[in-house]
Amino acid sequence: MAKLASALMSRLVIIIPYAWLLFFFLIPFFIVFRISLSETTVAMPPYTPVFDLAGGLAGMLEKAREFSVDNYVWLTEDALYFNAYVSSVVIAAISTFLTLMIGYPIAYGMARAPRAIRPMLLMLVILPFWTSFLIRVYAWIAILKPEGLLNQFLMAIGVIDQPLIILNTNAAIYIGIVYSYLPFMVLPIYSALEKMDHSLIEAAQDLGCTPISAFWRVTFLLSLPGVVAGCLLVFIPAVGEFVIPDLLGGSETLMIGKTLWNEFNANRDWPVSSAVAIILLMILVIPIVYFQNVQAKADSEGR
Amino acid sequence: MEKWSRFNIASVALGFGFLYLPIVLLVIFSFNESKLVTVWAGFSTKWYSQLWHNQGLLDAAWVTIRVGLLSATCATVLGTLAALALVRYSRFRGRVLFSGMVYAPLVMPEVITGLSLLLLFVAIGLDRGFWTITLAHITFTMCFVAVVVQSRLLSFDQSIEEAALDLGATPVRTFFAITLPVIAPAVFSGWVLAFTLSLDDLVISSFTTGPGATTLPMKIYSQVRLGVTPEINAICTILIGIVALGVVVASIVTKRREVQREKDERAAVAAIG
Repeated sequence: MAKLASALMSRLVIIIPYAWLLFFFLIPFFIVFRISLSETTVAMPPYTPVFDLAGGLAGMLEKAREFSVDNYVWLTEDALYFNAYVSSVVIAAISTFLTLMIGYPIAYGMARAPRAIRPMLLMLVILPFWTSFLIRVYAWIAILKPEGLLNQFLMAIGVIDQPLIILNTNAAIYIGIVYSYLPFMVLPIYSALEKMDHSLIEAAQDLGCTPISAFWRVTFLLSLPGVVAGCLLVFIPAVGEFVIPDLLGGSETLMIGKTLWNEFNANRDWPVSSAVAIILLMILVIPIVYFQNVQAKADSEGR
Repeated sequence: MEKWSRFNIASVALGFGFLYLPIVLLVIFSFNESKLVTVWAGFSTKWYSQLWHNQGLLDAAWVTIRVGLLSATCATVLGTLAALALVRYSRFRGRVLFSGMVYAPLVMPEVITGLSLLLLFVAIGLDRGFWTITLAHITFTMCFVAVVVQSRLLSFDQSIEEAALDLGATPVRTFFAITLPVIAPAVFSGWVLAFTLSLDDLVISSFTTGPGATTLPMKIYSQVRLGVTPEINAICTILIGIVALGVVVASIVTKRREVQREKDERAAVAAIG
């Protein structure tokens, strides 16, 4: 009896979160996909019904014949969407690269810090992540504005005499993404570098490596898993970013997260926004699966 | 031990300056006398006292706190179960799909999660509002809890659990008497993380909300679009203060527990020796 109960308990440990994620995470994607194939109507909800369970299997097959790929055709015909996808990927890639360039020296410096202060440094990197994303993006508006703090500072020390226009340009988006996602880059690289045995570097140098080539051939190579994890953690969410392009970017900045939001909230076109989401997901599916493999590998190593 | 070189110190210092300067400036200008957020005109707390008369804002804050408490608590239970399932059961049917569903929400763009949850709620005919936001928040924050708890479980010595089972404790009793106390700090930080993520969320809430349920980030966002004001700086400063306090308390609690545990261990060793 006790055995049966314990077997049931162990089942429940798996079944409860499994069922929750199936229902609230996986099934919704099928609904999005289904709605992306339906026609736009002006009713509420603004699309033709998806599932008509009352009609049974025959009814569903009937419905299946009404599927239309019009929304997708429309997306490919309109250059706006294509450009938005391309520029989202490009902006995310540039920002990821910049985040790596800034994050790596920070992670490296932290990993070389005296052991006693490392937990404190780690905490200081994590802390901004706990404060609101929206607030951190908002903070940059006052800094980057033409009459903002950065321009005041640069003009006061005499570097420039005309205010720089940064807010509402792509440069502001890069700054916003680098700033918001920096902890995601620093943490995995730091944990890879911290585990590294420093005597390897000494060995490489003893064997005649210059410090620079020792860095590339030993340190960087060993930190590569952290670099990959960090880049994925920045790149994937950045492609679909909405808040940063909306608040810091300009009207000419096209990013797909913002396009989807506008399509949904302003135009109330649910089928088209579903199609936009499905294509975005298809662009991201390879990096996401790759990310999951990296995670799963890290877990099995930790075991 | 190699010296902490100047280059390393400089990169860490510059990095932290970059991370903290914008937040510090925001806090400073919340105490600005002037309505401009970029020109200092003297110290004042008037923007804070104005907040107390902004009924819409207080209502939104109350909704946000309720959503946060409820969703963080449910997410902690579900996320801890998910972490146990991932660490303790290396083989079960659909494990690959399961781990995929735990990790994918960590990086999934919020617009996609928000849209898909909204369409689910519409499809099953659920009235949108407080409860739909809460369900949505449970779903995306439980995965963060799962990852935090999982990393603690991986470094956990399972032989203590096995000993308890061998001595006749039921699995449920073993969990509450042995496992949970050991992973408690991770579960607690998972809860705090889930709570702050919920407090912070704008995009998913905006998609899944209905009439009457406006959260604080939604309120802040609609005001930010109209322009930067010291009043928003004041709200943001209060939120930062709450989060900073929470994190500091959490880390002190964790530290104390560790010190206590080390003391206990040393006492145990001394008793044996």
